[in-house]
Parts: sequence; structure tokens; C-alpha cells
Amino acid sequence: MTAGGIAPHIEALADDAWLLRFAPGDDANARAHVLAARLRGEAPAWLRDLVPGWDSLGVCFDPAAVPADDVRAWLLAHRDHAPAAATASAPVVEIPVRYGGDHGIDLADAADALGLSPAQLIERHAAPLYTVAMIGFAPGFPYLAGLDPALALPRLATPRSRVPAGSVGIGGAQTGIYPRESPGGWRLLGRTPLRLFDPARASPSLLAPGDRVRFVAIDDAAFAALERGA
Amino acid sequence: MSGPAWRVLRPGALTTVQDRGRHGWRHLGVGRAGALDPDLAALANRLVGNAPDAAVLELTLSGPTLALPAPARVALCGATVEARFEAADGARHALPGGRPLALPAGTLRLGAVRGGLRAWLAVAGGFDVPVVLGSRSTDLRGGFGGLDGRALREGDALPIGKSRCNTVPAGADAPQAPGWWIDLDADVPRDAPIRVAPACADAAAALDGSRWTVDPRSDRQGLRCAGDPLAIASPEQVSAAVAPGTIQLPPDGHPIVLLADAQTVGGYPRLGHVIAADLPRLAQRRAGDALRFVAVSWDEARAAWAQRAARIARLEWAIDLALARDTAP
Repeated sequence: MTAGGIAPHIEALADDAWLLRFAPGDDANARAHVLAARLRGEAPAWLRDLVPGWDSLGVCFDPAAVPADDVRAWLLAHRDHAPAAATASAPVVEIPVRYGGDHGIDLADAADALGLSPAQLIERHAAPLYTVAMIGFAPGFPYLAGLDPALALPRLATPRSRVPAGSVGIGGAQTGIYPRESPGGWRLLGRTPLRLFDPARASPSLLAPGDRVRFVAIDDAAFAALERGA
Repeated sequence: MSGPAWRVLRPGALTTVQDRGRHGWRHLGVGRAGALDPDLAALANRLVGNAPDAAVLELTLSGPTLALPAPARVALCGATVEARFEAADGARHALPGGRPLALPAGTLRLGAVRGGLRAWLAVAGGFDVPVVLGSRSTDLRGGFGGLDGRALREGDALPIGKSRCNTVPAGADAPQAPGWWIDLDADVPRDAPIRVAPACADAAAALDGSRWTVDPRSDRQGLRCAGDPLAIASPEQVSAAVAPGTIQLPPDGHPIVLLADAQTVGGYPRLGHVIAADLPRLAQRRAGDALRFVAVSWDEARAAWAQRAARIARLEWAIDLALARDTAP
């Protein structure tokens, strides 16, 4: 650790990967994104993948191209450069959401459990500017940081076997979007007609780690129109 | 030459198109996928004159039955496959593994996989499915890559790519195999303990010498351990990157070793990592097989990897030598 205790701790993740863990704190995730962007910019030939987590960054390398210890030394030399303010320039992506009804089957129950009206829950869910803390679980599934803590909801005791693609939900203190039909245990508030992940697109994922997201409530007509265009 | 597509008559238990896997997309939640033993898949490719990253079929537990409309050069590596060829005249021939096989048009019947769980079938020219995000591997969880992002089904057509060396003699009506083969037996006994680099001292104490059996719910995403649950006081963590080899400990106390289809991030406490040299061996364990872990250092892990790499290099050299001899004038 260096002065201030902000430098990440490095541990082995595999024969071909290191994991940097940042000191827990408000800006740990932002530091992960900034460091990832910096390492991606340097683009050493052996770099295969950079995987941001909530307060960490996985670094995967080609073990045939470089000794693991050289990668570790390189990371040690680069890890202190993490001005968190740089995330303010991250792109903002608007996600249209049809809340409630068939598109968000848990909205009424969730509002009840939180002591809110459905309209209030929608308003408070759509208010913040979220950050894509990381993408995981499935290709293109964004874990969004910035949920109003008063909206935290426990996951279902038994996950549903089928959650429709585009479903927007709350699980614990997180909110996120299911990119394709899959099992899932989050409370479903609504659905977006946008396609979050398409491997045939040049940019397969609509969102990237570090991006910022704002939900915009739409009605059935807008949903149908966007779905036709998607 | 590029041959006509093969027809899948029976798909086998879980047969997927795989290459060496997908890199560069993990930040978007796209895992590596790829053959569970990329080196053996590459050796199978080498036997038929392909580049190491050509797409192969990965067989699990039982193989497919395939209709070959034209002659083809193929090779099988991995666990032993009960392989038979049925020629147009109805004659049946047993097919050996670990060597190039020149097949006339006919039916390739790949049956039970024995002495392990998985094997890889290469064909000269490779299985020519589209490249998606830089790889032909099937991403079963994402539903893309390979053949429509899924395992083979009856009636599928498998496109075959152009071959650099099409040396299948025209007019032959029986399979032809050389008198040599490569010895694929590992340098480590198949049932030897699986070596693990532990995450911490507690994990080392819990894993070292622990005995498990392979849970039947295991798949390409993770090998689940069945047995007496571990009670380690390790706090739930916020999600961070995981990798093939990572050993997670879910609340039920039964470790899960992530394999090639691993998700990219995970929040379960982690006990350590199966070393890369032993992951292919682990992926050959079948449901109900005994499983024992032993703790090693990362230095030992790297030494084991270098040893395995040297062994693969010797096999590559032996294949090249034998192929050159076979085709000498």
C-alpha cells in the first residue's frame, strides 16, 4: 500500500489473471473504471481482458506472451493513477421503461412493501443518474449503482425460472436490467424495449462499465413503437 | 476444398462447437467458453492439418452420429470414444483415437465416452460456423456462437471449412488410419488429487486433502462438489471478477469450481483456484467420481504448467514428424 491507503491490493485470480481490490469506499468503483480505461489505453500486447467489479478490477493476460510476475509489476507501476473525477465525462444513456402492468409484475407489491404508491416508486426509481458499476451474470447485464437506499428490496426467496428480456428490477440495494430471458430473483418494476445485448452489433452491449444511465418512464404506445424499431 | 455440410443424425448428450475460446469481452459479461481442454482440441486439429484455433466438436458423455456426404479427414482426442464408421456398403469399422483418420462418405457413429467425460473431434478444414465476437465457440449461457448458440440437435447441418490438405484418397470405401498414434495419457495419473492455489490459510486448511464426489448437476459452467459441507467463516463479498478455475463456496458449503463457461463476476466467497495445468483433468471427472484437492503454491502451479506445455510441445513435434513421414514421396 502507498500513502493514503488508496492503492489497490493485488491478488492472484488464476494462472492468467490478477485481481486488484480497491479500498472499500465511495469511489472504489469509479477508481476501477478509471484504472481500466487507463490500462486499456496502454494496450500491452498481452492484455486480454479487464473486468471491473464493485470495488475491484480483474486483469486477464496471455500467459504464453508474458510472465505473470511481469504483469504484476506493470500493474503495481500503474495502479496509483485513479483520479475519480474522470468518470464525470462518462456517457449518459437514457433507457425508456414501461413501468408496471404486464411489463413490471412486481411494481404494485413492491410499492406496497415500501409504503409508496406505484407512481411514487416509479418517480424515485427514475430520478437518479445511475452508474454501470459492472456487467456480469449474463452478457450485457448491468449492475447499476445509485439506487435510492429507501428502495432496497429483498430478492425473491425462490427465483423465477423465466424473467422476460428487458425487465428492469431491484435486487437488494441494486437495480439492473435483464438482457435476455433468463431465470432471476429480482423484483420486476418494468421493461425496456431496447435490446441490451446483441452479439451481431459492432458494440454488442448497449452499456459499458462506467457508463451512466437514466430511466425514462414511457407508455404502452411508446413501448410498442420502440419495440418495432429495436 | 470445402466439403458439403455434415448432417446430425443423433446429437449425443451435449455436443457443442468450440475453439480456444473468446477473449476481450469479459467486461461486457461475455465469458471465455471454448474447449475444456484447448490443448487436446489443438492437437486434434494438428492431426488433420488445421490451425490450432479451428473449431472442433466437444463431445460430452456420449457422442453424435453424423452423416458424411463426402470423404473427410478427422481425428479424435481426449477420453476414449467408442467410435465406429459405417460405409456406404454397410460395412462397419472401429475407429481409433489419437491419429488422423481418412474417411470415405458414410456414417460416423460416436458412442459412449469412456475413461473420462469429454473428447474433441476435429475435421480437416474445421467446422465452419460464423465467428461471433472473435470466436466460433458456443456460448451456451449467452445463446450465441457455435451452432446458433446451442448444443447440436438432430437434423442440424454442420458446415465444413476449406482444408489446407485434402489427402483423403478418392475411391476408398473403408477408413484408413496410420500405424502410429499419439499417446495422450497425462503425465499425472488421471485420478490424482486436483492441485489448488488456496486464497487464504483457512481455505488451504479446508481444501487440502478434502474428499468430494462430482455432483451430477455439474456442467460446463461449473463442477459442483458433493460431500460433507465446509463450514468456513468467510463473509459474502461484493461481486468481483472470477475465472475458469475459481473455487466458489456458496452458502450450502459445497464448493463449485468454475469451468470454461464461467460467468465473469461472482460474489460468493472464494476458496482458491484450480491451477491451469489441472483444469483439463478436472473437466474429465464424471458425476459420482471421487475428487480430492491438494494445496500448492503459485510457483508450483507455474512449474506444472511449464511441464504440461513441454509435453504438449513434444506431442506436436511427434505429430509433425509422423505426418511428414506419411506424406513423404
